[in-house]
Amino acid sequence: MDKTAYEIELIGVTKKFGSLYANKGASLRVRKGEIHALVGENGAGKSTLMKVLYGMYRPDAGEIRIRGEAVSIPSPKAAIDLKIGMVHQHFMLVKTLTVAENVILGEEPVGNGGALDYAKAAAGTRQLIDKFNLILDPDALVADLSVGEEQRLEILKLLYRKADILILDEPTAVLTPQEIKYFFDIIRKLSSEGKTVILITHKLKEVLSISSSVTIMRQGVTVASLPTAGTSESGLAQLMVGRPVVFQVERALRTAGELEKSPAVLEVKDLTAMSGKGHTALNGLSLEIKKGEIFGLAGVEGNGQSELIEVLTGLRRPVSGSVKVLGEAIDPAGNSARKMFSLGLAHVPEDRHKKGLVLDYSVAENMVLGRHREPAFSTPARMNFEGIAAFAARMIGDYGIYPPRPQLRAGALSGGNQQKIVVARELSRLPRLLVVAQPTRGVDVGAIEFIHKKIIETRDAGCAVLLISAELPEILSLSDRIGVIYRGRIADVFGAKEATEEKLGLLMMGGKAG
Amino acid sequence: MDLFQIFSLALAGQTIRISVPYILTAMGATASELGGVVNIGLEGLILIGAFCSVLGNFYTGSPWAGILCAVAGGMLFAWLHAVVSIKFRANQIISGLAINILAVGATKFFLKYFFHSSSNSGRISGIARLDVPVIGGIPVIGDIVSNPLILLTGLLVFAVWYSVYRTPFGLRLRAVGENPEAADTLGVNVRRMRYLGVLISGALAALGGVWLAYDQHQFTDGMSGGRGYIALAAMIFGKWNPVLAALAALFFGFAEAVQIQLQTVGVKLPVQFIQMIPYLLTIVVLAGTFSKAAPPSADGVPYEKD
Amino acid sequence: MNKNTKAFLINLGVTLAAVLASLVVGAFFILLVHANPALVYRRLFEGVILNPYGLAQTLFKATPLIMTGLALALGFKASIFNIGAEGQMVIGGFVCAWLGFTFTGLPAALLVPLCLAGAFAGGMLWASVPAVLKIKTGAHEVITTIMMNFIALALTNYLITAYFHLPETVHTQLIAGSAALPRLDHYVPAFRGSPANVTLFMAAALCFAFWWLIWKTPYGYETRAIGLNPSAAETGGIHINRNLLLTFLISGGLSGFAAVNFIMGYKHYYEEGFTQGVGFMGIAVALVGQNNPFGIIFAALLFGALSHGTLVINALVPKDIIQILQALVILFVISSNLLAKKYMARLTED
Repeated sequence: MDKTAYEIELIGVTKKFGSLYANKGASLRVRKGEIHALVGENGAGKSTLMKVLYGMYRPDAGEIRIRGEAVSIPSPKAAIDLKIGMVHQHFMLVKTLTVAENVILGEEPVGNGGALDYAKAAAGTRQLIDKFNLILDPDALVADLSVGEEQRLEILKLLYRKADILILDEPTAVLTPQEIKYFFDIIRKLSSEGKTVILITHKLKEVLSISSSVTIMRQGVTVASLPTAGTSESGLAQLMVGRPVVFQVERALRTAGELEKSPAVLEVKDLTAMSGKGHTALNGLSLEIKKGEIFGLAGVEGNGQSELIEVLTGLRRPVSGSVKVLGEAIDPAGNSARKMFSLGLAHVPEDRHKKGLVLDYSVAENMVLGRHREPAFSTPARMNFEGIAAFAARMIGDYGIYPPRPQLRAGALSGGNQQKIVVARELSRLPRLLVVAQPTRGVDVGAIEFIHKKIIETRDAGCAVLLISAELPEILSLSDRIGVIYRGRIADVFGAKEATEEKLGLLMMGGKAG
Repeated sequence: MDLFQIFSLALAGQTIRISVPYILTAMGATASELGGVVNIGLEGLILIGAFCSVLGNFYTGSPWAGILCAVAGGMLFAWLHAVVSIKFRANQIISGLAINILAVGATKFFLKYFFHSSSNSGRISGIARLDVPVIGGIPVIGDIVSNPLILLTGLLVFAVWYSVYRTPFGLRLRAVGENPEAADTLGVNVRRMRYLGVLISGALAALGGVWLAYDQHQFTDGMSGGRGYIALAAMIFGKWNPVLAALAALFFGFAEAVQIQLQTVGVKLPVQFIQMIPYLLTIVVLAGTFSKAAPPSADGVPYEKD
Repeated sequence: MNKNTKAFLINLGVTLAAVLASLVVGAFFILLVHANPALVYRRLFEGVILNPYGLAQTLFKATPLIMTGLALALGFKASIFNIGAEGQMVIGGFVCAWLGFTFTGLPAALLVPLCLAGAFAGGMLWASVPAVLKIKTGAHEVITTIMMNFIALALTNYLITAYFHLPETVHTQLIAGSAALPRLDHYVPAFRGSPANVTLFMAAALCFAFWWLIWKTPYGYETRAIGLNPSAAETGGIHINRNLLLTFLISGGLSGFAAVNFIMGYKHYYEEGFTQGVGFMGIAVALVGQNNPFGIIFAALLFGALSHGTLVINALVPKDIIQILQALVILFVISSNLLAKKYMARLTED
């Protein structure tokens, strides 16, 4: 009888892409004014379900009720009319326009003669900024905003449209622990104003700290929906994965004494480099990685990590400073990725779709990308495709890549299996220095465990590992030593036992460790 | 009379005469590309505009009916480009080239049918001068202010600038060219905006064709003569800003006029090197020697929803 | 039936359907001018394939199209859009002819290779400007090559009018007889009257070389990787700029080489406008041929046949119907790609 108790009801939603089910009879019920977490592994169908709610996808079956009324939402426009707003994981901003222009786009205030009333737009924008303490300049160009500001702008856009239902897709992925606190304050304020918030996330700590109820998805289906109070991290993880999950990887930590005796594989001194946009990205960075250790590099994205990786992998020429690999100084002028690989480097890049794989190549062709000039795989006049296929088949077996078909297009595999291709290719080089960035981003739990195990095995075989990750838990659970990068320098280095999320977080923001 | 003064007045007139089709088409190119659709087919759209205006004018006897026919024809062919580029998400450059080939073929084909000639149409009347008091009598300047097409061009420069930078329409057009997905999530109809951008380019390029036909009082085979490409060059030189593009077009027209004037006073400069100027400048601009010109981010990229 | 065969058949089917659709729309144009489409198409078919002279003409017209088609296709493999084939062909042709009428004293065994190399080198030279600009400054080659086309036309126009034209003509003097290539009617009497020449065999050989290069060599592997995902290729240690430069230059060389058919095989002089849009048509040939050398042969024959067809149907209908048909084929083929992709997606799901 109490139909209106729910602000949102999604009932039996099914969405197919080709023959693949992204959602298969998924349901979700959210009460007015609550902060509702929607959790699940990558590919569990969270984003798809939310895009259905936001009118970006049309469901093949199922019912949507908003405030008790059955509705159809054929477009984002229709969702906006129903006071639903969504902040996407990849921000949807027009960089060449100002903050205010981004806010009003699609619902522009019109003045005399059909002209856009920019003054009114800026004033309205400013009012909302003040009310919700969003700290933004309406006239600033979006291209000049920081990530945190971009996110607040996204929320501002929803508020301008008087959204009562806010869908936030992985909003904290790009923020530091401290920024997350500020962000959660905003969310709580919104909730206290009566706004309903759906938070898509895979970070279970956040679920526990902010949400009032939680819905768990697995393989396109909602498996449970509960009040957050009374749940635990391990309980949620088990629901997400469908089996108990081990959080801590087993490994023997390197002691300070062991590291002391171990020879240095990578020595970086006073490294300075520019970013692609031409500002100083690395500013006198120094670090040293020993044989047989994992050095974790923590930091907010954009503090020089990408440039450091590029310098170390021969893709970017530094302005000054020195890089030594196994005691050999690298001459920046004659350097190239190919040269670095020949010195014993392996590289798992931060973005496998952009840098790690050619998605339209087969699994086998990807398995030798960057290694295709090795004598086992080609002569200058001819590729040895038979040898490549045999090698790929062996790797597929060793790494449990599914489906086990070397000739399949790499793009057809799941994120976890794609990442396994990259990891298999790079680790089978038997490297002496491994640069591995965001190794488990967008990867399912099973593959995460496997990849972590492989990284540790590589370390145990005597390889020096530089691990760069935005996930502090990943850094903390794998590294022997942890450094924090801030504005192109190493702010501090800790032994694995001394480091905590709070200490690292503070340094990541440019503070001093207490 | 001061020889120098006659020379500069004639030069001004010549510049305007040459620039009008460049200006119109360059603004059209900008409208299309700001919305995210590359339009190499402008060359063909000019030709279609010229042919349709002659056809309309010839059979109705009214220059204004000819203009209407031109705009309709230009928009029809632009629509074709839009369907192929937007609906079928095909390669926009290839589509534009095909539009050019189609325009050359179709105009010659119907030229033979309607006018039984493979080179030119029958004569048409141009557009009547406006009766402008006082200034209408001044040489050159009078010719300019009393020519309805020149006035229309000036008006259109203002109209395009106004709608691109001062109206919701313009904001949306620029947004779909820069980040169509963002615009889409805010309820902006990406397809419709892009169709409009391309249709505007068709109408403007066709008007450029009208100018050529009315100037010569007939249609001649291939009379667009590469002007669509010069307009593209002007668009790039103007950094995808319609007003700057119009100014660049004026500059290209000026360079040509100088060359013609020099010829008449007997200075023999190889024509070909003057002709190269817009092309060389475009390459220089693209190479970023002066300052980098960046097209809209999603220019030429079809928008896929799923 | 395996997937590759199925994919091939889908592509072929969709392409043929697009060609058919163009003929249907073309028929409406023909009807508009009160001619009989069935008659026009029958005459066209007979004239370009069924009689030996027509067939030879089709082969003659297809020869340079194969080369510019390969030039474009090679570029497309690395995501280079070389619209400059037209200008490269012009320069290649000019260099080829200039060598041919300048070094007249050389024996055929030297002069023929010299002229062939000159055509290739001329194309490479003209492609080197946009290639270097693309690598060094990121200037997009679509616009720079278009501009280079116009510059090539203006430049050769200047050179011809100022220095090299024979009085009362727009062409140069003849190249040395020793630089002329043998015509096919030499060997096949039925081809008499057609300038089809041995350049055809060079085109066929280039198709095979293209196939080997792209699909069998590390260079091809790298080129395709760059075309599909340049960042991944770079991260993997592939020297992108080196490859792009080389690929762009070969593409330009192939475009320049396309001039050989006319200069050394047919008229034996350089003439303004000799390319007849073959450089631009190369885009369509690569497209319809799906960047595959064997597809390119098929597409070049199609466009070559249409090109010769202008003379065949001239009496029935304005010959410009052919240009309309060519444009329609391009529009239908690029529009149907989406359709083919959708079928293909369904195929990979099963």
